[in-house]
Amino acid sequence: MCLGIPGQLVELSADNDQLARVDVAGVRRMINIGLLEDEELAPGDWVLIHVGFAMSKIDEEEAAVALASLKLMGSGLEDEMEMLRGTIR
Amino acid sequence: MRFVDEYRDPVASRRVLARIVALAGTERHYKFMEVCGGHTHTIYRHGIEHVLPRNVELVHGPGCPVCVIPMGRIDDAIAVAETPGVIFTSFGDMMRVPGGRGTLLEAKARGSDVRFVYSPLDALKIAVDNPDREVVFFAVGFETTAPSTAVTLLKARADRVMNFSVFSNHVTIVPPVKAILESPDLRLDGFLGPGHVSTVVGNHPYRFVAQEYGLPLVTAGFEPLDILQAIEMLLTQISEGRCEIENQYTRIVRDEGNPRALQFLAEVFELRPHFEWRGLGFIAQSALKLRDEFAPWDAELRFAVPGVRVADPKACQCGEVLKGVIKPWECKVFGTACTPETPIGTCMVSSEGACAAYYNFGRLHREAAVSLGRASA
Ligand code: SF4
Repeated sequence: MCLGIPGQLVELSADNDQLARVDVAGVRRMINIGLLEDEELAPGDWVLIHVGFAMSKIDEEEAAVALASLKLMGSGLEDEMEMLRGTIR
Repeated sequence: MRFVDEYRDPVASRRVLARIVALAGTERHYKFMEVCGGHTHTIYRHGIEHVLPRNVELVHGPGCPVCVIPMGRIDDAIAVAETPGVIFTSFGDMMRVPGGRGTLLEAKARGSDVRFVYSPLDALKIAVDNPDREVVFFAVGFETTAPSTAVTLLKARADRVMNFSVFSNHVTIVPPVKAILESPDLRLDGFLGPGHVSTVVGNHPYRFVAQEYGLPLVTAGFEPLDILQAIEMLLTQISEGRCEIENQYTRIVRDEGNPRALQFLAEVFELRPHFEWRGLGFIAQSALKLRDEFAPWDAELRFAVPGVRVADPKACQCGEVLKGVIKPWECKVFGTACTPETPIGTCMVSSEGACAAYYNFGRLHREAAVSLGRASA
């Protein structure tokens, strides 16, 4: 819950509803990007996702580091991925 | 992976370790608290305690939100979950936390409709999809997750989703740090500041640590090298006679935090006068409740919540672990009666809890230490 998982923005929702499609280690889902509205996110950008919300804009390097950390967390990454897959589109 | 190697590079960590050894000298003992459970995890996972000089000690703090929820609140959650017609939603971690009447998972086995969700938005969606049911979201977490709950509530209000409510157990990071500084049990020399919480609150809220208590705090990232660098920065401050709030994790944390997230928090939540923390007791103004404007979405107002205080089991020493007074393995039931499969206390449940982190990785110390570049004798 606290560590966050990195994802790459694929497309912003056209409805102006603060949603965006991200790719998280090959899985695509919608997340909320309203907390980063001031960052003017664009497709290709990386973000750190906590409980379905983009919390920080990060660079590709940080994304790789964060993913590697999660992989080391025992079942951390699998649990996150399972949750990601299980819910919302 | 080029990027990652940088943060696990034995040569780099050896270099930082050498500076730590030189700065620490042999004269005195240093005790630093890492506030955040994510740090505790890194420290055990990579055997960091094992490579530090003996006189530099890390103690674990209260920064795992699953760990600090008291038993009574779990019982409250179960009471709401057992209300006919309710769909009770929770993060997976909370499902196995024992209260006085067992866990949410056991309530589910008894027939309550308890579902785990990845995001509060998923809980809101369940409410939209089930208009004839009451959907309650069990909100936990520090300022890292509280803004997400706030945005979800704003959306529930905007879309008039009236069969959705939140059982708020959000807590704030500064009051427990203050409580620990006020506690006579522990003498600290500085703090590793939490990484992700600080992306929201920034570094300014910690200034009292330096100003009122004369101690340094360095906000740190989650890689082994991050932690080592932060320790080096703490020791540097001390050796130069400074005590300041510094930021090692500038890759992500800005001094002012995330103003938008803070604004959402202020719009939806207000401070509770008191909240009970597991092991730390009641701490004033340390948790968030919904503002009056959000009363229709406040599960505490909409459901009969017993609100009974439940004492921790006698054998459980989570309080001392959360305050950094004892190490996980010093608890009498650690690894015997209390394991990740059959947790007695909360610190054994979440992978960020100190006991679970030590249980899973403590034995890897030596191996991990070697990979960091300094096998200990
Ligand atoms: S071993 Fe179990 S009971 Fe003891 S402090 Fe850790 S989590 Fe609590």
